[in-house]
Amino acid sequence: MSYTLKGETGDWEVVCGLEIHAQVLSKSKLFSGAATAFGASPNSQVSFVDAGFPGMLPVINAECIAQAVRTGLGLNAKINLWSRFDRKNYFYADLPQGYQISQFAHPIVGEGVVEITLADGSVKKIGITRLHLEQDAGKSQHDQHPAKSFIDLNRSGVALMEIVSEPDIRSPEEAGAYLAKIRQITRYLGTCDGNMDEGSMRADVNVSVRRAGEEFRTRCEVKNVNSVRFVMQAVEAEARRQIEVWESGGTVEQETRLFDTARGTTRSMRSKEDAHDYRYFPDPDLPPLIFTQDWVDGLRASLPELPDARRARYVALGLSPYDAHVLTIERETASFFEAVLGEGRDAKTVANWLTGDFFGHLNKRGLGIEESPVPATALAELLDLIADKTINGKIAKDVLEIMFDEGKGAAAIVDERGLRQVVDTGAIEAAVDAVLANNPGQVAQYRGGKAGLFGFFVGQTMKAMAGKGNPALVNDVLKAKLGEPSG
Amino acid sequence: MNGTELTIAEGLRALDKREISAVELTQAHLAGIAALNPRLNAYITVAGEAALEQARASDARRGRGEAGALDGIPLGIKDLFCTEGLRTTAASKILGEFTPPYESTVSAQLKRDGAVFLGKLNLDEFAMGSSNTTSAFGPVENPWSRANDPSKRLVPGGSSGGSAAAVAARIAMGATATDTGGSIRQPAAFCGIAGIKPTYGRCSRFGIVAFASSLDQAGPVARSVEDCAILLRSMSGFDPKDSTSANLPVPDFAAACGRGVKGLRIGVPAEYTLPGLAPEIDALWQQGLDWLRQQGAEIVPISLPHTKYALPTYYVVAPAEASSNLARYDGVRYGLRVAERDSDLRDLYERTRAAGFGAEVKRRIMIGTYVLSAGYYDAYYLKAQKVRALIARDFTQAWETVDAIVTPATPSAAFPMDEKQDDPVTMYLNDVFTVTANLAGLPGLAVPAGLDGQGLPLGLQVIGRPFDEETVFAVGAAIERAANFTAKPQVMA
Repeated sequence: MSYTLKGETGDWEVVCGLEIHAQVLSKSKLFSGAATAFGASPNSQVSFVDAGFPGMLPVINAECIAQAVRTGLGLNAKINLWSRFDRKNYFYADLPQGYQISQFAHPIVGEGVVEITLADGSVKKIGITRLHLEQDAGKSQHDQHPAKSFIDLNRSGVALMEIVSEPDIRSPEEAGAYLAKIRQITRYLGTCDGNMDEGSMRADVNVSVRRAGEEFRTRCEVKNVNSVRFVMQAVEAEARRQIEVWESGGTVEQETRLFDTARGTTRSMRSKEDAHDYRYFPDPDLPPLIFTQDWVDGLRASLPELPDARRARYVALGLSPYDAHVLTIERETASFFEAVLGEGRDAKTVANWLTGDFFGHLNKRGLGIEESPVPATALAELLDLIADKTINGKIAKDVLEIMFDEGKGAAAIVDERGLRQVVDTGAIEAAVDAVLANNPGQVAQYRGGKAGLFGFFVGQTMKAMAGKGNPALVNDVLKAKLGEPSG
Repeated sequence: MNGTELTIAEGLRALDKREISAVELTQAHLAGIAALNPRLNAYITVAGEAALEQARASDARRGRGEAGALDGIPLGIKDLFCTEGLRTTAASKILGEFTPPYESTVSAQLKRDGAVFLGKLNLDEFAMGSSNTTSAFGPVENPWSRANDPSKRLVPGGSSGGSAAAVAARIAMGATATDTGGSIRQPAAFCGIAGIKPTYGRCSRFGIVAFASSLDQAGPVARSVEDCAILLRSMSGFDPKDSTSANLPVPDFAAACGRGVKGLRIGVPAEYTLPGLAPEIDALWQQGLDWLRQQGAEIVPISLPHTKYALPTYYVVAPAEASSNLARYDGVRYGLRVAERDSDLRDLYERTRAAGFGAEVKRRIMIGTYVLSAGYYDAYYLKAQKVRALIARDFTQAWETVDAIVTPATPSAAFPMDEKQDDPVTMYLNDVFTVTANLAGLPGLAVPAGLDGQGLPLGLQVIGRPFDEETVFAVGAAIERAANFTAKPQVMA
């Protein structure tokens, strides 16, 4: 069912498109050799090119180009073998050259498409209009001194990919899912770290509303939204605002707005009349960017498996679509899963352990999978101990907890604590005999037809064996000794 | 030995034979500067101490048998080239006391080859001008004067007026220059010396204060075609720091000067015969063609049909790029800053740029901003780019029938400092013969070929195929030999 917002006068459809700014993962900047690491002390990663010194010239960083092409391939997009850098001219204190080098007329990546999966399990295609490369500006700091503004040029010249979607998004959920999908793809590709807290990825959200079947109405752009949740909130807040404007007889003016995360509303930043005339023109310092299809094909061949393909492969291994989805959200999780899976472990078992107890322990400790104190090899070792019947599943849960607490290997813990499961039928028979002897009343009830008591006898036996009895053997012995319940 | 009278080729031989030392050569030039610069104003900054130190180091290298291709040759550096530790002004107030912490690639290569830098040469502000009258450091005077009016001070041409005047007055053996629309060739012609703007991409633009990036090229001025060839070889070459630099081998340009012109086809474009062209310019042009014919060249009439659009095209493209290139001079990071207490950013920009830029630079920034603006871009900038492509195509077609093109270098000889200053369009006409080579990216050489009725030098221009400077040098040297230009300026060390 399609998403609509109810106004005073009826239902409204939301139309939305995103411009996502993704910082290219690269050691150095788009046009200079300066470093790009986050969090360095102010102005410590600035070349004379980044600071706009006289006579300095930009030189394209080939790795940034490769990263943009990889991303384009991940977006199933057309790669333009000929593209060009333009200058976007405007004055600001943190823009040292007085222009930003961007790709206005001829982007490196053209039309593409990504699929998003929604909560109801449906899949929707969102069109990609283009991806272009541009350099970031520096950062103005107005809160460091009562009368002065400080400028940090560390970000100046850092490569950004601007990924522009078609206005195909029709709900806050779709907007959130789309941003999450782009983040997932770039993280899989290793082309953007997707750290939205650090500003590595942020979105400008274009929103308009309309009646069903109408042409597009005027849109507004909500700038610099920096989380999936805020994008969803911003789409809804801006749509509701526009509905109110239209319904009160007003007209939505095209403008740039900001999302106030505290209030959950958008407010005007600048109107269309205040918009800059950027005087775009081809940057004469940079010849057109030309590369060959062979080079693109080489990059394509070396791309890692993308989340959609990986999810399909996991389903084929026997996982539920939900488990496959959960395991592929983050590339690190999928890699961990596959490391545990190894050559021949059972996929379903690995997935159950990983998404169950293992994630539980990580969550309890507030750790990401890449910070897990229990490496994939250790979990694999534990699962092998279950598979070869050294321990049973119940004991394994305890062992895993000890592994998280103490960082020791599963086998060592099992040996040290004598947790090896008992497969000696004689010992199990002795334990069962004792349980039956101590609980004559329950035995009588069971034999009289109360079959549900079987679990009680299993529990008592296991308890007597400190949990180490092989569950299948315990069952067999109990069944043999108790006989079939009558009635 | 009179060190200041030597050409670079002669100087190198004299140094090799120990007939003169680099220190003596440098001292002679510094003495000339001390005597003449107060009048000529060719140097903005004289680096005497540093020059002598470099000269001593050069003599030591030569003593060890490690002399480079230009070792010990005192040169002037146009003050548009960034020089590490030496103030670089672009002849503008806006750069203040800017002292670059880096060296331009061209000047670094000259240093690598042992050249001695006497100082930084005056120019039109940001290389915008044809008379060296827009410099914030005052105008440069041409060392030549009119026979019938010797007290009338003449312009040296521009923008490389300081470079041309210094070399003509023998207070530099050669100099670096830059040429965006004629800024090497026109002042060379006005000052009776040679100068070449090589093919776009031959010399790195790294470290040269940018005027119009798609047109700017560095090149040398010197007192002979061979000297230009020697300097250009050191200045040229691929530079990974300039994405528009050509990754091509650098030929021995000086060797090409002796090739001769036998069998070469020399084009004469009909469109360069401008209405009202001074008869003595036309006569010199015909004389030049006769000399080449006599040396075995074939003179071929050609047509470059879009020539008449070159100047307006240039005055759209160059200001457009300049308006963007000069945006970085904003008072924020270096150079001049004019700010009132409590003023905001916009006020800082306005005050700084109002005080820092001269009238001609402001005019070009405004023209450039206008032609790139929404609603005007297609009519001006985009149209100009299309015409530029047509002008380049004219030349491409011409190269099917000719090997080089010979034209006058300028439409007149040097003019008085107080003329043509009120009407920018009249001033822009100085570039009429030279801008085409910039728009098409072609090498163009100016060579002194004769004197006008007032005894002022006149030059011819040789234009060649892309990266065929060798043919340009061969033709230029042939004209030079035939012209036997021995006249000297009135003001000279």
